[in-house]
Amino acid sequence: MSDSLAVEARGLVRHFTTRKSVTKAVDGIDLSITEGSVFGLLGPNGAGKTTVVRMLATLLRPDAGTASVLGHDVVRDADAVRSAVGLTGQYASVDEDLTGTENLLMLARLYGFAPAAARRRVQGLLEAFDLADAGSRQVKTYSGGMHRRIDLAASLVLAPRVLFLDEPTTGLDPRSRNQVWDIVRVLVDDGATVLLTTQYLDEADQLADRIAVVDHGRTIAEGTPSELKRSVGEGAVHLRVAEVADRARAAEITERVLGAEVTFDSDPHAIAARVPDTGADAVPGLLPALTEAGISVPEFTLGQPSLDEVFLALTGQPLPDEEPGGDGVPAGSARSATSTETTEASR
Amino acid sequence: MTTTLREAVALTEPPSRPSPLSTTLTFGWRALLKIKHVPEQLFDVLVSPIIFTLMFTYLFGGALAGSTQAYIQFLLPGILVQTILFVTIYTGYTLNTDISKGVFDRFRSLPIWRPSPVVGALLGDTVRYTIASVITIGLGLVLGFRPDGGFLGVLLGVLLLLVFAFALSWTFIILGLLVRSPNAVMGVSMMVLMPLTFASNVFVDPATMPSGLRAFVEVNPVSHLVTAERSLMAGSPDTTEIVWVLIASVVLTAVLGPIAMRIYRNKT
Repeated sequence: MSDSLAVEARGLVRHFTTRKSVTKAVDGIDLSITEGSVFGLLGPNGAGKTTVVRMLATLLRPDAGTASVLGHDVVRDADAVRSAVGLTGQYASVDEDLTGTENLLMLARLYGFAPAAARRRVQGLLEAFDLADAGSRQVKTYSGGMHRRIDLAASLVLAPRVLFLDEPTTGLDPRSRNQVWDIVRVLVDDGATVLLTTQYLDEADQLADRIAVVDHGRTIAEGTPSELKRSVGEGAVHLRVAEVADRARAAEITERVLGAEVTFDSDPHAIAARVPDTGADAVPGLLPALTEAGISVPEFTLGQPSLDEVFLALTGQPLPDEEPGGDGVPAGSARSATSTETTEASR
Repeated sequence: MTTTLREAVALTEPPSRPSPLSTTLTFGWRALLKIKHVPEQLFDVLVSPIIFTLMFTYLFGGALAGSTQAYIQFLLPGILVQTILFVTIYTGYTLNTDISKGVFDRFRSLPIWRPSPVVGALLGDTVRYTIASVITIGLGLVLGFRPDGGFLGVLLGVLLLLVFAFALSWTFIILGLLVRSPNAVMGVSMMVLMPLTFASNVFVDPATMPSGLRAFVEVNPVSHLVTAERSLMAGSPDTTEIVWVLIASVVLTAVLGPIAMRIYRNKT
């Protein structure tokens, strides 16, 4: 890995003006992404991740600040940036009416491949992405995973040195998600630089060398995945008691055993606790301690901190509720990304 | 999968940047592919001229011109203009669909001559215009349309119409860029085109209209276009009207084209 920067941004700002108000979608973001690395932008819906990517991909002009990709300024030298980057995401799609082959052929021709070279390139991509059989079908007949793969293939027609992936696995089943992750790993092995946006800590953790957590258009934390997780704690324990009446007692025991503060959510059976660095060894002792106290615990989960918990730890407040008029999935769904190990326990 | 993937995505020597003509033609090819895959989009193009021509010829022909035979000589160039102008709406509709589906952003992230997606789509649209023209004129011939200008007169008429349609399309490109949904583009465009085509000399001679309406009809560009079309197809070209239409086309393109491309560049 060399030390030169593939992507550099200083003080990026972008406002959106609607009839009623001005929203600061991006409010002063700095990025330094080393060539050949994977950088994860992690944040909830509406944090400004997509806006950052769109500015870096020359689709939006920054209102303030500067950014460059491989040394080319995204405003003054936009064409050079466009030649070097590939973009896949919610906002850059393929034409669903055309077949997979036609979509890729069109892009290959637009990048300047001669007809024969374009066909070779497209055939290679279709095979590599496991789409050779589906090449002659219209993209609208593709499954979610195939659709995402053709989107990825479309952004790789020119073998870009820098790839922007905007929420590449949102809405995919685990198998398709793993396929996308494998593709990203191969690309990075081959020297590409990847900027990835995601709502899932798990995904950022799996792929990224560095992560920036963004919220309300600002970076609230940046570091390697292990640095970030350390700032949050080793993990989180989630448990549900069988009897609502036992919850308070269970909370007391949990606090005592783990030495951690307990949080309650709206489920009257549930308790959550962040496991502090010092408490990791105590986790195995928690379930027996509860059982000894006569508390039935039908559900006990130890997992990585969820995005909610990362937020809680970094900002001192829970994930913001969905902003009115915002689209996308509710913030709570980020919880589903927590990788968990569930043990069924019964008396 | 991994080894083929590695080979497939291996950094290759990037090809040289394609010419504006080449990228524009590629987008034209895309428009043709879309007609091939979504033939339903031709349904309006095929059906509306047939319905309009039959309906007006047989409903009004006898009453307005004494016989359907006499009326169709008058009506057909006008119906042709109306048909093609309605087809231009699709330019805005398809552009707006591209924007809402995200295809547009993919094109804008490419290192190509920026207007080529729009100009290429316009080239593809001429195929639609040509199909609609052939159907309308063909049906007219069956119903008894006998233009004195012959094949050449009709051909020149269609060419002039294509020039104007191309120029007018910029209006719908701007609408397509500004309006929120493809269906809204349809709605707004219809509201513009309905009065322009009906309050014109397409269906009747404006001599019997009230003076206010007649004044509008006489400045309506559609009326100038229809008069030019009639003169070409009748074999006695009205140079004033033809030049008027050509100048209008140039002005529309010169004014609206750059505005459209400016909106296109700054589209968020």
